[in-house]
Amino acid sequence: MGAALEIRNLHVSVEDKPILRGVNLTIKQGEVHALMGPNGSGKSTLANALMGHPAYDVTAGQVIYDGQDLLELEADERSRAGLFLAFQYPVSIPGVTLANFLRQAINSRKKAEDPESKGISVPEFIRLLRSKMDYLQMDHSFAGRYLNEGFSGGEKKRAEILQMATLEPKIAVLDETDSGLDIDALRIVSEGVNRLKGPDLGVLIITHYQRILNYIKPEFVHVMFEGQIVENGGPELALQLEEHGYDWVRAKHSAAQ
Amino acid sequence: MVVRSRRRSLEPIAPGYTRADVEAISATNNEPQWLRESRLAAWELYEDLPMPSLQTEEWRRTDYRHIRWNEAEKQVRANGATLNTVPAANREPLIGEAQGGLLVFVDGKVVHNELAQELTQQGIVFTDLQTACREHPDLVRANLMTKAVLPSDGKFAALHAALWTHGVFLYVPRNKAAELPLHVVNYNTRAGASLGHVLVVLEENAQATMLVDYSSTTSETQSAYIGATELLVGDAANLQYVSLQDWNRETFEFSHQRGRIGRNANLDWIVGNMGGRLVKAYLEIELDGMGANGRMSGFFFADHDQLFDHDTQQNHNAPLTTSDLLFKGAARDTARTVWQGMIKSLPQMQKIDGFQASRNLLLSEDARMDAIPGLEIEADDVACSHAATFGTLEEESVFYLMARGIDRPTAELMVIDGFFDELLQRIPFERVRERLQAAMENKIIG
Repeated sequence: MGAALEIRNLHVSVEDKPILRGVNLTIKQGEVHALMGPNGSGKSTLANALMGHPAYDVTAGQVIYDGQDLLELEADERSRAGLFLAFQYPVSIPGVTLANFLRQAINSRKKAEDPESKGISVPEFIRLLRSKMDYLQMDHSFAGRYLNEGFSGGEKKRAEILQMATLEPKIAVLDETDSGLDIDALRIVSEGVNRLKGPDLGVLIITHYQRILNYIKPEFVHVMFEGQIVENGGPELALQLEEHGYDWVRAKHSAAQ
Repeated sequence: MVVRSRRRSLEPIAPGYTRADVEAISATNNEPQWLRESRLAAWELYEDLPMPSLQTEEWRRTDYRHIRWNEAEKQVRANGATLNTVPAANREPLIGEAQGGLLVFVDGKVVHNELAQELTQQGIVFTDLQTACREHPDLVRANLMTKAVLPSDGKFAALHAALWTHGVFLYVPRNKAAELPLHVVNYNTRAGASLGHVLVVLEENAQATMLVDYSSTTSETQSAYIGATELLVGDAANLQYVSLQDWNRETFEFSHQRGRIGRNANLDWIVGNMGGRLVKAYLEIELDGMGANGRMSGFFFADHDQLFDHDTQQNHNAPLTTSDLLFKGAARDTARTVWQGMIKSLPQMQKIDGFQASRNLLLSEDARMDAIPGLEIEADDVACSHAATFGTLEEESVFYLMARGIDRPTAELMVIDGFFDELLQRIPFERVRERLQAAMENKIIG
């Protein structure tokens, strides 16, 4: 049986301000979900809370991942358990090369499995990294560059997908991976994700626009509004949003009405 | 009844040296008359100068009154220790297998001195300063504390000139290049005073790369290092100079270091401070010739009760000169660091380009870091600027690394290492970089 991420009645606050107000969602390995919603509806909060960002306080609810309580785990443990977040705004870390960083990430997995592990050998790592870079049409020189430092918007997003390809998660959350990308970059990033798709990967695509869903076809579409998932459907729901915008969602679900 | 006050005196106390100590050191080394006289002249100057007062701007952040001169002033005496006393990592070849030159002092005494044949053949001199005074008196006499560091630079400069115990002399003749790097190791196994000197003379169009290592074994007794470094870079010459300090935690360093850079010459100077209890270092470059270029890079990591005070100057004494200074440091626990920097130019020195940047990483709430940049520019057609920044460990960066499975301590280490990487990459010796990285990681974890 594949791993599943089950979000049950999740409430999250940021600086004591409630943002998520009871989110329910289940993502299984092999499934592709899209989470849409207007700005400020809580989509990125969900992504960060799932990854364990310390600024996001879970005030109620549960997240069960692969049979264990995800909320008990630190961010690094969540990652090693197979959860991945492609950040909306990846930070740059001067002085840490992309290659050094990814090698450390792989080694931390090996160490967690076997404390005696010496980690991946340098030649083996270089082979692995190059093959993944080729796959995403990334120049090999990226490996030696400081992490996200001076990367363009598209390069940052591609580097996120490179990390995903290298770390092979079970469940990946892509937080507005399409934002700020021109049409070519969007195509390359989407093709990268599509190649990774398969029975071993569950994907949650968080997006404001339907555009990316032309490239990565979701089976399930959810709409978030004011901290809750208010609509669930199939691909047709995304098309409906594209055509009519979010006004009807607001009209139907606004707390003020 | 006599009540003895245990209060610290308000003004710093001087060590208890006398003129007899100067005469003794000169006699012991059987020094030539000119050297004896220059030591005695410096001694007179020393006696006339007051100890640096904490009331002055230069010293007010650097209280050194906790030095116990009765321990720290005793001259370190060699004790029969040999080259093998020095940790192997500190004396291995800097690049590849070949050693350009290796000069090792243990407790101020030469225990090893080698220079590759291809360097000797070019007329390059790389030896200890006492030997150089005997074998190359004219070269030493013309340059020793007459051009770069002067006895009149301060109390400790005068003391050094009067009482220097040992040193290194590098001379590269006109149009010659020391292709292989030269390595000097100062290693102390005994506590007390050492007054080490570095004198580098590069003639016109000469070239050299040199590393000087300072370290000592742990001791509860205090030590003092009163040093002087003189880098004379002739016209069109090229010097890359790296000095790394890792004294034990009871060492007080007071040093004057100055480079003079001739016409179209380059000085690439890297200074690293990791050890010691208190370091007050004057680091100055004099851009003397048109087209001179000086780069100063400093890195330091202070922990526990360490205090590092770097006082830098970039003096543009000729038009069309460029200088670039970058100091990067971290402080944790209750450590304190000070950087005060000055870029100076005279009125007619047009088309100069001077830059200074101080980047500080504060790793605890009790640490304190000061950065005081300064410009004194009297010309108008210049490009001079400075920058100072302070930051803490960015939680967003640590989280990003953790989100890829890296545990918190490793993630923090990577971010801090990354902060220093730009500077460490300027050191042209991979093994030395690795050694420094390991030392840094010890400080972060420890």
